[in-house]
Amino acid sequence: MSKELNKKEELILFLSDTDEREGLLGKKNRKLLSDPLTDNNPITVQVLGICSALAITVQLKPAIVMSLAVMAVMAFSNMIISLLRNSIPSRIRIIVQLVVVAALVILVDQVLRAYAYDVSKELSVFVGLIITNCIVMGRLEAFALGNGVYKSFLDGIGNAAGYAFILILVAFFRELLGAGKLFGYQVIPDSFYEFGYSNNGLMLLSPMALITVGIIIWVQRSRNRALIEEN
Amino acid sequence: MKWIRRKLDQARKPFGPGQKLEKYAPAINAFDTFLFTPNHTTKKGAHVRDVVDLKRTMITVVIALIPALIFGMWNAGAQYLYQERNLGSVTDVPFWEALTEGAILVFPLIAVSYIVGLTIEFIFAIYRGHEVNEGYLVTGLLIPMIFPVDIPLWMLAISVAFAVLIGKEAFGGTGMNILNPALTARAFAFFAYPLYMSGNQIWVHEGSTDSISGETILGSLAEGKEVAYSFSDAFIGFIPGSVSETSTLMILIGAAILILTKVGSWRIILSGFIGAAVMGLIFNAFGSNALMSFDWYMHLVVGGLAFGLVFMATDPVSAAQTFKGKWIYGFLCGFFGVMIRVFNPAYPEGIMLAILLMNVFAPTIDHYVVQANVSKRKKRLAKAKANLQTA
Repeated sequence: MSKELNKKEELILFLSDTDEREGLLGKKNRKLLSDPLTDNNPITVQVLGICSALAITVQLKPAIVMSLAVMAVMAFSNMIISLLRNSIPSRIRIIVQLVVVAALVILVDQVLRAYAYDVSKELSVFVGLIITNCIVMGRLEAFALGNGVYKSFLDGIGNAAGYAFILILVAFFRELLGAGKLFGYQVIPDSFYEFGYSNNGLMLLSPMALITVGIIIWVQRSRNRALIEEN
Repeated sequence: MKWIRRKLDQARKPFGPGQKLEKYAPAINAFDTFLFTPNHTTKKGAHVRDVVDLKRTMITVVIALIPALIFGMWNAGAQYLYQERNLGSVTDVPFWEALTEGAILVFPLIAVSYIVGLTIEFIFAIYRGHEVNEGYLVTGLLIPMIFPVDIPLWMLAISVAFAVLIGKEAFGGTGMNILNPALTARAFAFFAYPLYMSGNQIWVHEGSTDSISGETILGSLAEGKEVAYSFSDAFIGFIPGSVSETSTLMILIGAAILILTKVGSWRIILSGFIGAAVMGLIFNAFGSNALMSFDWYMHLVVGGLAFGLVFMATDPVSAAQTFKGKWIYGFLCGFFGVMIRVFNPAYPEGIMLAILLMNVFAPTIDHYVVQANVSKRKKRLAKAKANLQTA
């Protein structure tokens, strides 16, 4: 390469760790963001992170806060591990990853307690359990350890968005059908109840979260048959 | 007959191969096979075919259900009229009046169940390109029979849709379901709308009004009250309850039809009753509260136990398949049914949950029964070989 690179291009090359030059939101980078939303969704396709999807989707508000928390943790842990990736001995990489993720989760937890105490109480132990969320560790292992910083950051945001998308969708249906509310405000008019409409109590129980996720998976796989596994 | 055949052939012309309505062929085929015996024969190889196909099996179950259904209609009307008119006993209500009143109450339930369920079945048959299966004929009749008579129709419709979609079609349709679809519908409604599915007010028409009490035996027991019904009342079915679950007598007539035609398994039915009796006896031995000291033979005739064991537990798709497995499966259905009933007064319909639980475990039971048989035969072979060498 004879051509001199300017400073900005050098930085991009270091951060993205590839020989190709591409814009900050080039085609490949965009794919990192959009893939997890559809055909590579962490919940519906990889079936990871189910526990929290069952536990905190009774209402929309906690689901959204949880999604943001996971997004922050994933984006920054991916970034940090990607920065360290050449200096982590591979034998202890899981421990290093855990330390990074745990530190970030504690940060997020403290921020939530400071600025959104009610929601943080509602989420209770599940914020702490982000550490064990398979999606976080999965992306660190599968992506951040082998890719550049910027790409890892995008991958973290993308996968967290995929997680958030399903979480919010499930929470929407559960809160709407189970309690007749959205964000805690009643949306189903009183006249419906007077006509004999009644909230679906099963929606508030966690089996229904699993079934709702199942229905989403069913719809997704019948739309895109390539996702169906062969046995 | 010939006239119907001709008309039908005329009607199905546009559904033939290459015609414009070909996609919707399952719909017309379903009506065709409903009216006439299918005339297709096996093309390859030698096959022994029985005349008892799926359709015949299902119709047998429907016939077996009819005594319980008619009694259920009569009972729904009689329970309501006897309290409304302050008569001395349920049997004082004129027969035809009670039956008409009950029929008016029950027919909408049956209609909703069939319309919603069959619509979904037709949509899936057309979408997946297979024939409409007959399984829903039975499920669609079972569902209204195990609901309280006053269930709002839209709740019934949602429960039916849930059972057919999630209980059956999600697993691949008739014959592939792991849970009994009718019980899935009831379990869904039970957890989704507990106010309309449990408690002590809903079991008689207009039971929520003050003048009429709609308590079931198990409901009042859970509240620590005395049982106001005798064994014979409960056996014949003069008690409040879901539409057709009350009359053990009519259910046993249905059971006889099922067993004689070999459609239902007598092993499951018998072992189920044994299991319930054993659990009842165990509780009687302790007898520390009203529910525990409730006589074991009464457990067999109240609530949905008999109906569940005869018509739900014997569902050939979701039950155990091996003979030994059927004994274990049936026994545990009855055993857990009474256990849930007594331990958790909030779930008086323990038998529903017990059967659903055993549905899940049925393949496991079968697996171990088959494995036990395999290892038994292996041992026998080893022994025979050893004998051969010594001889």
